Amino acid sequence: MSNTILRMHEISKDFSGVKALDGVSLEVERGQVHAICGENGAGKSTLMKVLSGVYPHGTYDGTIEFEGAETAYKTINDSEADGIVIIHQELALSPYLSIAENIFLGNENARNGVIDWNKTNREATLLLARVGLDENPATKILELGVGKQQLVEIAKALSKRVKLLILDEPTAALNDEDSDHLLSLINHLREQGITSIIISHKLKEIRKIADTVTIIRDGRTVETFSMRGEDATEARIIRSMVGRPLDHLFPPRDPHIGEEILRVEEWNVYHPVDTARKVVDNAHFTVRAGEIVGFAGLMGAGRTELAMSIFGRSYGTNISGRIYKNGKEITVRTVDDAIRHGIAYATEDRKKYGLNLIGDITVNVSAAALGKLAKNGVIDRNREYATADSYRRSMNIKAPSVRSITGKLSGGNQQKVVLSKWIFSGPDVLILDEPTRGIDVGAKYEIYGIINELAAQGKAVIVISSELPELIGMADRIYAISEGKLTGEVPRAEATQEVLMHYMTAGKG
Amino acid sequence: MTDTLTQQPADLHPAKPRRRMRIDTRQYGIFGALAIVVLLFQVLTGGKLLFPLNVNNLILQNAYVLILAIGMVIVIIAGHIDLSVGSVAAMVGAVAALSMSQFHLPWYAAVLISLLVGAAVGAWQGYWIAFVGIPAFIVTLAGMLVFRGLTLVLLTRGTISGLEDPFVAIGAGSLGKTGNPDLITLLIGAVAVVGLIGMGLRTRRTLKRLELPREPAGSFWLKSILVSAAIMAIAWLLANAKGTPVILVVLGVLILSYTFVLNRTVFGRHVYAMGGNLFAAVMSGVKTKWVNFFIFVNMGVLAALAGIVSTARADSAVAGAGQNFELDAIAAVFIGGASVQGGVGTIGGAIIGGLLIGVLNQGLSILAVDAAWQQVIKGLVLLIAVAFDIISKRRSGGR
Repeated sequence: MSNTILRMHEISKDFSGVKALDGVSLEVERGQVHAICGENGAGKSTLMKVLSGVYPHGTYDGTIEFEGAETAYKTINDSEADGIVIIHQELALSPYLSIAENIFLGNENARNGVIDWNKTNREATLLLARVGLDENPATKILELGVGKQQLVEIAKALSKRVKLLILDEPTAALNDEDSDHLLSLINHLREQGITSIIISHKLKEIRKIADTVTIIRDGRTVETFSMRGEDATEARIIRSMVGRPLDHLFPPRDPHIGEEILRVEEWNVYHPVDTARKVVDNAHFTVRAGEIVGFAGLMGAGRTELAMSIFGRSYGTNISGRIYKNGKEITVRTVDDAIRHGIAYATEDRKKYGLNLIGDITVNVSAAALGKLAKNGVIDRNREYATADSYRRSMNIKAPSVRSITGKLSGGNQQKVVLSKWIFSGPDVLILDEPTRGIDVGAKYEIYGIINELAAQGKAVIVISSELPELIGMADRIYAISEGKLTGEVPRAEATQEVLMHYMTAGKG
Repeated sequence: MTDTLTQQPADLHPAKPRRRMRIDTRQYGIFGALAIVVLLFQVLTGGKLLFPLNVNNLILQNAYVLILAIGMVIVIIAGHIDLSVGSVAAMVGAVAALSMSQFHLPWYAAVLISLLVGAAVGAWQGYWIAFVGIPAFIVTLAGMLVFRGLTLVLLTRGTISGLEDPFVAIGAGSLGKTGNPDLITLLIGAVAVVGLIGMGLRTRRTLKRLELPREPAGSFWLKSILVSAAIMAIAWLLANAKGTPVILVVLGVLILSYTFVLNRTVFGRHVYAMGGNLFAAVMSGVKTKWVNFFIFVNMGVLAALAGIVSTARADSAVAGAGQNFELDAIAAVFIGGASVQGGVGTIGGAIIGGLLIGVLNQGLSILAVDAAWQQVIKGLVLLIAVAFDIISKRRSGGR
């Protein structure tokens, strides 16, 4: 038998014209740990979803061979039947069921629909021993920490006689101790002949555990190399991850930077559920008038959490720290406070937090500043219409009219509606979280133009982005954030992708 | 969660601006259903449904559904539900009757106290829902039991009947007659028709000026003529019965004011915004807790009004009053096109849904259909109406 367990050949996948994968090939040797690296949005997760049948056969181009036979998975169940198990970043366990029940969920030890609890618990105990989790199988999932939940997921995978285990950023939510345990478990599984694919941003981790690494960028394979070679360095991985030509053009801009508008000091935020976990750790930063400040960080680094906690404590618990606006300390307890103090936050997830998708453009544009259009609580609808229509024209929102339902607009036009809403609220500080995510190139250019225009008007603009070229192309100054800490502050002249990526993967300390 | 996988980016090249709007089949659907049900019962009852006195009774007997539907549609647009309105109406009816019979208060004081009790009940439930965060389903289920129980406590000495005449007139009286047919009623009908068409024309003019899509003129006039004919027909029938019922005037005022509140005020906009996307509303600075609180205060007041009206109409406060009121109101709102997910619904739709329920109630009782079967039929009508709505939406591919 060939030693190659998995061969994905020329996989392409597009979403209504946007290419997420463009001819990716991947070969995984049996019994190895194979790491896949790439920036956010490079296509790693899409590739794994193609492999596991989340995107069914027929919705992508290219071929997949598993153990020498071509696959045509229609559902996850099909791929699991062949022994391919994917463990997602967000764990898929049922919190009120026990460990044993979760391990065998959908795959119960039952006869005529009646569960054999003795067998279930016996097998669960054996599986827990294999993953090194010392817990009673009757313990409910919600009593376990994330690290132990991860182990339950792996036990569940083992119960399905996994041959190829895919872990999507398994340590992203774990502390150091849990991470170490997980990595040694993966090592241990390798000794038992289980092949793993691990998607990770953490280079130290990759060096520690991976035999081979494949780097994906912009939906294409950049290179695959053995981690045992002399030239397998972190620098090489970073170079391959980011080494893309600056293919976006940025509109020209002549920055006029004025006085400091916003200063945040000693900002600490804890996770809303796991209240012991610090999500933002002692952040200090400033933004000045007319300045565009970038925040660079990988997914889960705490960028959005930082922004949302400042925007009226809309994220997190036990928030402490000080916010100064124009030199004076302000209290911002609610979103309404934030808006009144001239702070605006355009979310990274416009469908969930940004728009009323069943509402038209008009009601969305006016949503954050209805008071400006109302007298005694009665909305002046003609002025509201005129306002929305003027934004439709100035922002070039492509829609038949401002009565068009926002849910039916393209991503770029939806984003322009969100920006219109916040610009209409009349802010001095705009926090734009991933302003160009999921948007085609033409609309991106327009949005860069809008951002430049806002800075030119003397507003303080914060741009959070996963796309480093975008930050380097636009920002006057870039803060790098990693694991909740601001790990670096880089002026425009010194900002390169390598420098930023170095700070972004810096880790603790 | 699931739809992130299936959702596709919307089409990148939107169609050229259309100056004409597609005819709103959904709106016509409810009108059509109402017309069909009326015609059906007209035939089945051998013409009795539209006897002048029966039309008068239809309005008097079903006013509570319409009043409750107005409050309920707001609750449902915001993404909640209120199961307690029937019990609240019964309790308030008892309060009103006790105020007059026990404490010898004048009728207007009794009405005022009743409305205040309604507001207090609403504030109580609103507090738990908005500020403690208990789902409205639970809070109002508890309220349904609590207020029913309190009604029984208030009426331990049995039914209170023989209420003051002006009070009874709220639910059963009319503005009086100037002759046969009553000219005042016909005049009110005519004013309503002129006002309706005038407002429709004004909206069309504004839309034209703003170059927004409008309903085709033919469809607008057809609809206007049909609605006008229906209003004048009802006016004619009422003019030949007892004249304009007092409650119809109250209803007219409620419908106009609440349509204004939902369409024109910041409060109304916030209700729709919260139902459409609660997170987006929070992140836009909407004070969602207070909005939720006032939605339930308002529902409490309207439930109290429904209690006053039905107590007045019955001329007595009974412990078993208001049974299944909440179900009629909820059914009316959903038949009227509101969405179970929230964010969608209109006062007009809820009123038409309420009329449909009313016609069913009236028609079935004229036919002397057994109460058990009346429930079966009403249940099926609700199911079919919402199923029709969901299937037609799925077919058109919209939400």
